[in-house]
Amino acid sequence: MADTLRVNPIACSGHGVCAELLPELIALDEWGYPIIEGRPVPPSLDLEARRAVAACPTLALKLSRG
Amino acid sequence: MSNSTAFWYASRATGVVALLLLTAVLVLGILVNRQGRLPGLPRFAVTSLHRNISLLAVAFIAVHVLTAVADTYVSIPLLSGVVPFDSGYERLWLGLGAISFDLMLAMIITSLVRGRLNRVLWRAIHLLAYLCWPVAFAHSIGSSHDLQHGWLLYLAIVCALAVAAAIIWRLASAARQLPRAARVAAILARHTASHGPSQARERIPR
Amino acid sequence: MTMASVDEAADWPTQPGGPTRPVRVDQAADALPRVLPPAAGVPGDLRAHLSRHGRPPYQGGHGRLIQAAEQAGLTGRGGGAFPVHRKLAIVARARGRKVIVANGAESEPASRKDALLLRVAPHLVLDGLQLAAEAIGASEAHLYLHPGIAPEVARALRERKAARLDRIGVKLTEAPQRFLAGQESALVNRLGGGPAVPTFVPPRVSERGLGGAPTLVQNVETLAHLALIARYGPHWFRGLGTPEEPGSMLTTVHTEDGTHVVEAEIGTSLRTLIAAKANAHGLDCSAVLIGGFHGAWLPAAKAATLTLDNKALQPHGAALGAGVIAALPAGRCGLIESALVARYLAAESAGQCGPCLNGLPRMAAALAELAGAELAGAELAGAELAGRGHRRQVPADLKRWAGLVTGRGACTHPDGTARFVRSTLTVFADEIALHARGQCSATQCSATSRTPFLPLPPGMPTTEDDWI
Repeated sequence: MADTLRVNPIACSGHGVCAELLPELIALDEWGYPIIEGRPVPPSLDLEARRAVAACPTLALKLSRG
Repeated sequence: MSNSTAFWYASRATGVVALLLLTAVLVLGILVNRQGRLPGLPRFAVTSLHRNISLLAVAFIAVHVLTAVADTYVSIPLLSGVVPFDSGYERLWLGLGAISFDLMLAMIITSLVRGRLNRVLWRAIHLLAYLCWPVAFAHSIGSSHDLQHGWLLYLAIVCALAVAAAIIWRLASAARQLPRAARVAAILARHTASHGPSQARERIPR
Repeated sequence: MTMASVDEAADWPTQPGGPTRPVRVDQAADALPRVLPPAAGVPGDLRAHLSRHGRPPYQGGHGRLIQAAEQAGLTGRGGGAFPVHRKLAIVARARGRKVIVANGAESEPASRKDALLLRVAPHLVLDGLQLAAEAIGASEAHLYLHPGIAPEVARALRERKAARLDRIGVKLTEAPQRFLAGQESALVNRLGGGPAVPTFVPPRVSERGLGGAPTLVQNVETLAHLALIARYGPHWFRGLGTPEEPGSMLTTVHTEDGTHVVEAEIGTSLRTLIAAKANAHGLDCSAVLIGGFHGAWLPAAKAATLTLDNKALQPHGAALGAGVIAALPAGRCGLIESALVARYLAAESAGQCGPCLNGLPRMAAALAELAGAELAGAELAGAELAGRGHRRQVPADLKRWAGLVTGRGACTHPDGTARFVRSTLTVFADEIALHARGQCSATQCSATSRTPFLPLPPGMPTTEDDWI
């Protein structure tokens, strides 16, 4: 079951680290905040997604089951 | 050179390097918090360097403690690395070293399990960094004659200045930062004049 | 009869009094009013309530009221239209301590129904609160409400205590005057002692709410309907309305002739609804705002063909929301009205989420620019609208921002604001073109007039205290 990426918009302060580590799935809007479509993460990017989640300085990025 | 002297030199050398690394970690930590960047490097480099260098610092301190214990010229019990004031030799200064190492371990262990921890608790423990560094600095100056004169003294002063500058920057930045309830009013105020395309792309830092 | 209404000023006597022997009204399935009391009578009178409806019919078990709510097809009347039985079931199933909150904050400035309901029919709401509390097994009950009506509701609670009607005590908490104060997680935050700002969901408040306990939050009107379903049954409830959306609902109707709260059968024609409280002059409107400030404009001609139900409205991009129907008089400029609303919505952002904090003020400023004016405090400056025009990319910017903020906040404030702005761009496209040439179709300019048509509270929040 693929995981989905979500961001907690209250915790997010627009560091932008996630978009650098996972440009395939995360883009930044014109104010520096991540645009995540909530699509499931393809298995090939699963490791990168986990790295991006770990790298978020405010722990705003989350990977949830299914 | 005897084994004992080699250990002693190793302990002093790793101690100096550890101080440099800890200074870098603290400055990088403030940089992460303020969303600062290192020229020429991507944003994730700042957070990665902060974390990796902190782990490197722990490694150096482990060697620093072990070599000091292994050296037989003075008697330093193994546990004095983490138990403060356990050593007969230079009880106060080594005690401070143990305290700062304990704080470091607390910060690193809580950071490793960050996902499971309450965010407020994690942050409270991480703020101990501002206690940890001065204590480590006092340990360095007090327990080592190296740092009390010459090039190493200058090095120590440079580290202290770097930390002081970073903290002053952090405080000034926090003072400028708007409380949540005032942010919207500020952005609205900025848009009371007709805005041009460039203004459309600015954002209020949080 | 498909409608009955109560005017805040007109239909109620200003001093207590009324018939000494209240007459019991048979509640026929197709009769109105239901939640509103019949016109003559003392507002909030307990004896009249008991005479009309009797004591609250406690069910003596958990499942029965939930089943009745399911069969009745009752949906939330606070704007979300979520099936009530499902919310009840989720909380009822949970273990441990549970909390129920009656939401009477009515943070939508254009809505008056909850305040009126609590003033004239508090006992029906409080019955519903007790019955729902029994159904879910709640041990703690709160009523979150507008500061102005707290004394009257407190009085109603004291009367009930004397008559031994209530099983659990109800704690009153005043809501701050913020647009987001009635949002579910903001409400729980406030009741927990913090500011009335939303929190990140999951977990939903029905799983982890006040003090970590599963919390049921229901609009006060929903609880009133529930109290009637408990007495007269689901079949009775379905005597009005449509098969998909049964029952009646309270609407707040704004016309040139004033603001009225009307209880109407779901599925009533909008034309009839507006005409009931407007004279011929009031029928002369150019556009209708449906659902409130998070709703959508519809051109008057289109609105005249539609009915008061989501099935009819949704294909046209509108929804019932909290039942606000505002018929913009023909002499008013919808563009300026919308710009003022957008500015209010931007000012009411909690400022917690980057996209909302950045996008909403920019949208408000852009809409003001389209109107040929500038944002200046709570008003629009540039009343003469003299040929200022707007930069060519402003409509494109607006559409882009509306897309950027949708779905990217912790709550639906940016989504609702974007919906409102988009509908403004669509319905008032001609007006925008006029303003670009320095003209305006309005005979009564809302920018110069001290009183815009749509009600907007003055001031804006600037400190943390404004959210408490």
